[in-house]
Amino acid sequence: MNELLRKIIEVLTLSQIWRSFFRRKHDGSKRSNVLAVVGNFFMHFHPIKIKRHAIAVRYTWCMGGFTFFMFLFLTLTGLLLMFYYHPNVRDAFWDVKDLKYNVAFGKILRNSHRWGAHLMVITVMIHMVRVFMTGSYKAPREFNWVLGVLLLLLTFLLSFTGYLLTWDQLGMWAITVGTNMARATPFIGHEGPFGEQLGMTAYNDIRFALLGGSMVGPNALIRAYIWHCVGIPLVVAFMAAVHFWRVRKDGFSGPL
Amino acid sequence: MENFLHNLLSKDNEVIVIFGFFVVAALAASFIQAITNDKRMARGEKIIELSYPDGPDGDYKIFSWPYLVRKEFLAVIMFITGLLVWGLITDAPLEEFANPNLTPNPSKAPWYFLGLQEMLVYFDPWIAGVVIPKVMVVGLMAIPYLDINPKGSGYYTLKERPFAIGTFMFGFIILWVSLITVGVFLRGPGWIIFMPWQEWDPHRVVAETNIDLTQYIGIDSKSLLGNIIGGLVFIGYFVVGVTVPYILLRKHPTVVKLGIIRYSIVAFLFVGMMGLPIKIFLKFTIHLKYIWVCGWKGIIFFNI
Ligand code: HEM
Repeated sequence: MNELLRKIIEVLTLSQIWRSFFRRKHDGSKRSNVLAVVGNFFMHFHPIKIKRHAIAVRYTWCMGGFTFFMFLFLTLTGLLLMFYYHPNVRDAFWDVKDLKYNVAFGKILRNSHRWGAHLMVITVMIHMVRVFMTGSYKAPREFNWVLGVLLLLLTFLLSFTGYLLTWDQLGMWAITVGTNMARATPFIGHEGPFGEQLGMTAYNDIRFALLGGSMVGPNALIRAYIWHCVGIPLVVAFMAAVHFWRVRKDGFSGPL
Repeated sequence: MENFLHNLLSKDNEVIVIFGFFVVAALAASFIQAITNDKRMARGEKIIELSYPDGPDGDYKIFSWPYLVRKEFLAVIMFITGLLVWGLITDAPLEEFANPNLTPNPSKAPWYFLGLQEMLVYFDPWIAGVVIPKVMVVGLMAIPYLDINPKGSGYYTLKERPFAIGTFMFGFIILWVSLITVGVFLRGPGWIIFMPWQEWDPHRVVAETNIDLTQYIGIDSKSLLGNIIGGLVFIGYFVVGVTVPYILLRKHPTVVKLGIIRYSIVAFLFVGMMGLPIKIFLKFTIHLKYIWVCGWKGIIFFNI
């Protein structure tokens, strides 16, 4: 039986088709282990070899990796959700209802996108706690920590902009409360210090710019939609790429 | 109690319970390992991070493929199973169609901003909603440049960096996690605190008169004298909080190494952070409203 299995694997992995896909002979040799990483686009952000403690779950808790995985998962489910969703106040709410009751697998699609989004917010905070507790922000990784703080903010903003899209009471008022703070911004908010003197009103201040109006309405929905589905994900993808590149270049933290 | 259970499961609130599990697990994992490492170092033994056996090729470093990649793969499978099960057993919330004329009571921001929304109770909106979050972000970003202790990089330890960990954990647990918890579960209609066993009664009024600091000694807080006294207390808090420890500790090797500029920034951020729980405490105990009511013709207003 084992012999047969070995034969099948050998025939498979030596075939032209297999080798054209993976660009290497799969034989468990060191060379093949190296090529598995450097010869594969999706694997090559791993180092060839890694410090023993760095792959221990008790060290990293897998939280950074999981945050990134969640980002990929949310991008995929988000894309599927976009097929069913019209970003206007007439349809948005009913599209979400439709997902729940009419679309095949729509319910699990929406549920997992929403719970996944919350999980990403949780895991990014826990990742930060881990990086702090292992002192991994110390030189030469200072800048990666700074990038991380920006990624943390962007993760909050991703979740925040998504909140409005269901166009229900929960989303609308959470966004109203959240953006009300912007009114009080010094200089550029109409209720903030110097705001009035600089000519700020409810119709031209920073909150107006965020919402496209003086209250959460149709323009706010389309703005949230574009930031949520295009703008912020692009920035996060770009910054995450730099973040990973820095993890490689700075070397993974450790006592050595 | 029924109300508490209802609140626990409504909206996205179950997320906070899961967040709680993650926080407890993270604290346990880091503190247990830190204490273990500290004990081992005291005995001159190898710390956890150094005590793994060498990999198959007799090297401390091992191949990412297969040893790392297979773990990532397993982790992904486990997480995605958990997420799908969660998605199958509970439905994401969807309330009534958005209605700008019907303000829910209480109106809450998303859960991760509730710590900041809580600050609105104690400070002016532009301080609570703009200044505090900005200082938090800048303060977080500054951590690597302020913490120049070379020890404790790349392993868990408490003994080698008690101040850094103590400060961060105070901020994370007391000012972030617990204020979120209060915001989600205890803040009811009218933004009044309701204990888990109390009904959320929208008609409840709490007769609470908060007064400004100088009013305790009979001085109008808006008068010039009141302004000066309030200002002295507020500015004095920072000046004393930054300089007194410096005078006491200036010979301490850490403070010498930090240098006066880094020291001042650390002390300023630390004293500022400690100001938040102090203000919260004073509000609940002696009903303090503002320490310093500073304003000028409505152009500058700085009520703190
Ligand atoms: C979208 C958000 C983020 C993603 C996808 C992400 C992803 C990752 C990954 C995959 C790693 C490799 C090690 C590990 O898994 O722990 C890592 C390391 C690191 N992360 Fe993040 N991260 C994010 C946010 C943050 C935040 C908020 C911080 C801190 C403020 C941070 C600071 C760091 C640092 C300093 C390292 C190097 C750790 C070491 O060498 O031990 N990251 N990140």
